[in-house]
Amino acid sequence: MTTVLEKVRSGREAVGERWHHAPRWVRWVLLAAMIVFFYALPNREFYQYLGPIPTPGANFTQVLFTVSIYVLLAVGLNIVVGFAGLLDLGYFGFFAVGAYTVAVLTSPSSNIKTLWPWLLVVPLAIALTMVSGVMLGTPTLRLRGDYLALVTLGFAEMIRISATSSAFLKGQRGFNQIPHPPGKYADGKPFFGVLDARPYYWLVLTLIILVVIGVRNLTHSRVGRAWISIREDEDAAQLMGVPTFKFKLWAFASGAAIAGLAGALFAGKQNFVNSQNFELLNSIIILAAVIFGGSGNIVGAIVGGGLVAYMIERFRGIELFGVELYEYRFLFFGLVLVVMMIFRPQGLIPNRRRAAEFKDRRKEVIVGE
Amino acid sequence: MSDTEQTPAVPAQAGAPAVETVSRREPLLEVDHVTLRFGGVVALNDVDFTLYKGEILGLIGPNGAGKTTCFNAMTGIYQPTEGQIRFRGQKISGKKRHQITKMGMARTFQNIRLFPEMTALENVQVGADAHHKTSVIAALFRLPRYWREEREGREKAERLLEFVGIRHRMHEFARNLSYGEQRRLEIARALATDPVLLCLDEPAAGFNPAEKEELLQLIRQIRDTGITVLLIEHDMRLVMGVTDRIVVLEFGKKIAEGLPAEVRDNPRVIAAYLGVPDDAA
Repeated sequence: MTTVLEKVRSGREAVGERWHHAPRWVRWVLLAAMIVFFYALPNREFYQYLGPIPTPGANFTQVLFTVSIYVLLAVGLNIVVGFAGLLDLGYFGFFAVGAYTVAVLTSPSSNIKTLWPWLLVVPLAIALTMVSGVMLGTPTLRLRGDYLALVTLGFAEMIRISATSSAFLKGQRGFNQIPHPPGKYADGKPFFGVLDARPYYWLVLTLIILVVIGVRNLTHSRVGRAWISIREDEDAAQLMGVPTFKFKLWAFASGAAIAGLAGALFAGKQNFVNSQNFELLNSIIILAAVIFGGSGNIVGAIVGGGLVAYMIERFRGIELFGVELYEYRFLFFGLVLVVMMIFRPQGLIPNRRRAAEFKDRRKEVIVGE
Repeated sequence: MSDTEQTPAVPAQAGAPAVETVSRREPLLEVDHVTLRFGGVVALNDVDFTLYKGEILGLIGPNGAGKTTCFNAMTGIYQPTEGQIRFRGQKISGKKRHQITKMGMARTFQNIRLFPEMTALENVQVGADAHHKTSVIAALFRLPRYWREEREGREKAERLLEFVGIRHRMHEFARNLSYGEQRRLEIARALATDPVLLCLDEPAAGFNPAEKEELLQLIRQIRDTGITVLLIEHDMRLVMGVTDRIVVLEFGKKIAEGLPAEVRDNPRVIAAYLGVPDDAA
């Protein structure tokens, strides 16, 4: 049993090692191939050959869109939790702020009837989520650890409850006819229609690539070093000249901005936004996805977000002994998490640093025995 | 009082450059009648001394004498209940910790506090970043400032790792370095903030005699680059060997101050501190 596990473990680590030691051009070619694969994925002509990967009980391109939104959210939350080490349990609240900004400013059912085009509202939604991140962060980022987690949890609930009960935000009735992103085919048909989810997926995928480049730039700079140093030892970071409060606020604001973008994309695709879209469970799922993938590692967050969202959808339409498995999806999800935390607590694709740490711990345990 | 010590100190031990004697009287850090109370406990009682530019000052005392508390007050972690601390003529209290660092004060920790999951190089780069201005915008779009500061910080970090002798370990995670290397890395990280004053909190704790000798050399080299050093230390031989002047604390009070030789012969110090074998500390 253990030897098999060891093999699986070392096998996966070997892949990582090989990746890091591969020549630059090999990495670029592989990366390009992966990107092409994901752009091609939502086409039936392509995915019908992929065996069990497409979801039987749901439109695969719709699932891919959902998965891509989760990936975007995981990349954003990873900044806050993975890099800066701030436990944010209310991350989905920022997603709600983004979606509602779009809904209020574009939908004809909104009270203010501005009816602005979607594209104009997206930067506004991002800006407003950032502002809400700063507003939440300014008083609360003086708290540490568990206290911060509680406050952020409260924030997400506040957003959800105001959405449910305020007349302005329409509660369950929600906002409809939210405009789609602009763009037309040559024959005049809109590029972003109602039935075909592919263009939305491609849009999100493109934005994920841009966001990842941005996040990478941040983490490979003074900003990223400041975030990690705060995670590692906040007092020492302060005494080494890191303006910790400022950078924690930036982590919050950048994470929030990405969630706001995701919310705006979601609203633009969905056409309809109501308060049921923003359950607390979503915050938990994204946090689980980040930890599952490997907290503090961008690739880990992408894989985690993708796999978790996909796994949940994959259960749809599978019947076993007359039981619809989808009903039990969170049971399986929980089971996978528990198994994962026992056998690979550092996540699927851990930060190379984390990997080193856990390896050491294992050694210590063995020595201890 | 610090002013009782007027003669330019000529350290009894070797290794002190005479070059610094001119600037010696320029006060760098003034601990001005500082009292610090935690509830009913008086951790520091009217402590008063001055650290002059270019010297190595030793702060010694038996366990629980208030050395580290004094240190923490100086670096802005604790606010004095009474009195004040001035660094380069400016009051420390009310300043943020990172601002104090920017003013030129750097420190190491008694119990090592590195960033364990960062490489040695990155640890030092964090220190070097203290004077950098790259923020989210410059980093996101990789503006010229990003490239300039990144290159500058990297070069500085490598230079300092070379200086403390662990450059060959720079891509190793801090947590994987040996104990001695970690202590050196802490010094390199502190030096990266371009300090005028470097405060070392028991840098030789856990060192064997050979390592202590190397550390002595390192401290002298640091002083020779013009950095003032405040040294908290238990090991009397080390303190005697490297400091220009010594301040002795006991139960939160200053009981003596002077040249190493004077302090060593001071009956109060002997009673309070040297009476116990120094390895008992």
